Amino acid sequence: MLILSCPYCGIDAEETELAPGGEAHLKRFGPGSDDDAFEAYMFARKNPKGVHFERWRHAYGCGKWFLAARCTATLEVFGTYPAQSTEPPVEIVEKIKAKRPEWKGFS
Amino acid sequence: MKRYSVFAIAREALSHHQGWERAWKSPLPKASYDAVIIGAGGHGLATAYYLGKNHGIRNVAILEKGWLGGGNTGRNTTIIRSNYLQDPSAALYEKARSLYETLSQELNYNIMFSPRGLLMLAQTHHEVRGYLRTVHANNLQGVSTKWITPERVKQLVPIINIDGPRYPILGALYQARGGTARHDAVAWGYARACSDMGMDIIQQCEVTGVRSENGQVTGVETSKGYIGTKKLGIVVAGHSGQVADMAGFRLPVESMALQALVSEPIKPCMDVVVMANTVHGYMSQSDKGEMVIGGGTDGFNNYTQRGSFHHIEETLRALVETFPMISRLKMLRQWGGIVDMTGDRSPIISKTPLGNCFINCGWGTGGFKAIPGSGWAMADLMARGEPGPLAAEFDMWRFREGRFIDESVAAGVAH
Repeated sequence: MLILSCPYCGIDAEETELAPGGEAHLKRFGPGSDDDAFEAYMFARKNPKGVHFERWRHAYGCGKWFLAARCTATLEVFGTYPAQSTEPPVEIVEKIKAKRPEWKGFS
Repeated sequence: MKRYSVFAIAREALSHHQGWERAWKSPLPKASYDAVIIGAGGHGLATAYYLGKNHGIRNVAILEKGWLGGGNTGRNTTIIRSNYLQDPSAALYEKARSLYETLSQELNYNIMFSPRGLLMLAQTHHEVRGYLRTVHANNLQGVSTKWITPERVKQLVPIINIDGPRYPILGALYQARGGTARHDAVAWGYARACSDMGMDIIQQCEVTGVRSENGQVTGVETSKGYIGTKKLGIVVAGHSGQVADMAGFRLPVESMALQALVSEPIKPCMDVVVMANTVHGYMSQSDKGEMVIGGGTDGFNNYTQRGSFHHIEETLRALVETFPMISRLKMLRQWGGIVDMTGDRSPIISKTPLGNCFINCGWGTGGFKAIPGSGWAMADLMARGEPGPLAAEFDMWRFREGRFIDESVAAGVAH
C-alpha cells in the first residue's frame, strides 16, 4: 500500500485517499510554441524505471495538490513537498543520492 | 520439426513418450542477423513468425530478458475481440481475430481458441449510447457485432443479476465471434514455428544498449555480448520507454500496473466472456473451471508487477453485485503486469527517429487479442521499411499531428 505524507496537513495518507496526477515539473507550452515543444509537453513522458517525481492530490483530505519523489521500481517513497516548487528540494535530492548512487540527478 | 497429430501420440506412446523433441531450440547468439527482435512475448514472436512466413526473412534472432512469454503474454485474461469504434483499430484487431481462427491449424499447435462469444455490458445510459454507436460503426467496418437486450443477456449468462441497484444491466454489445485462447500456447506455438524456420530464440539475454552509426542501427549490446543486426524491432511492452531511451528517443508512453486474478475452479457456469467496463471488471471461465478476472490499472507509474489492493477490491465489489453467486468464491492467485499506456489508448507500430529501428508498443491493457495482427503489421513494416495499410495510422508521430485513434473516448475507459 502506497502511503504519502501530505506536506500541507501532515497526514500520512494511504492510496485510497489520494489521486495521482502524473509527472511533476512539466514546463507548460501553449499557443505560439513550436510543435516539438508542444508535443513534448502534451505527450512525451520520462516514464523512468527508478526515481520519479509526481503530482498527487490529497483528494479525500485537504484537497490540495502536492509533489512526491518515489521509486517506480521498488515503490519506495523518498519524500513529499509542496506543489509550488519548481524543482525538488535539496534535502530530498540528497536523500535520493544517498540511497541511489547511480541516479543521474533531476533534470 | 515433428508434427503434432493423433498419429504422433500413438507413435510416441510405443516409446513411453520419451521421443518428443523440444518445441524450440535454445541456441547461443550468432555475431549478427538480418533482423533482431527485442522481446519474446506474443507480439515479438508473432512479428518474427510473419517476417519468416510472409517476407522470407529467416536469419532472425528474438532476444528475451526473462523467459519466453513470461511478461504480459502470460499475465493477461486471454480475451479476444475486435469490437472497436475507430476504423484503424477495427481493421487491425479484426485482422488479429480472424488470424486466431485458424492459428492452431497453421502453427500445428493447439492454442485452444474458443470463439465462445463476448458481451460488453452497458451499465449506464452513457454506455448504452456509446455501444449503439459502436454497433453501427462495426457494421460499417465489417465486424459482426450486435446490440442485445438485458433479457437476452440473462439468457446467455444465467448467473448474472440484471437489476442490481447500483450497476443494472441496460443491454450489451455482443460479439458472437469473440472469445478466449490459451495465452501461453500462443507464445509457445509461434516460438516453435519460428525455431522451425531456423530463427534463434535467445532467452535470459537482456539488451543493455543500442549501437548505431550515421543514424542507422547497427546492433545491440546484451548480457550475452554484442549482436549485430541490419534491422531492429523493439517489442517490449512495459519496458518500451527503457529500450527507446537506449535507442535515443522518447515515447508518449507511461508504464503502469494492471492486475488480474483467478478463483478456485468450479463447475461450468458461464460459457461467454463478460466485460463490465464501467466498473473495470472482466470475467470468463477457463477450461479448468477457474473464474478469470481482470481489473483496472493503477493511476501511477509502476514497474513492480504488483498493483494496489484497492483496485482488486473495487473490481470484485462490483462483480459480486453483478454475479451474486461468486460472493463466496475463494480467489486463488493474483498478479500484475506492466502495461504501456499511450495518450489515446491505441498502440504504436512505427518507424522511429533511428534508421532501421522499428517499435511496436503501447498496447496498454489490451494487447493479447491483437497478437497475430500486430505481428503481421510489424513484420510488414520491418520487411519493407514502410508501414502497410494495417499499421499506417499507428505511427508515433500521430500525437504531434493530432491524428489520434481515440479509443479512450470511444469506450470511456482504458482497455
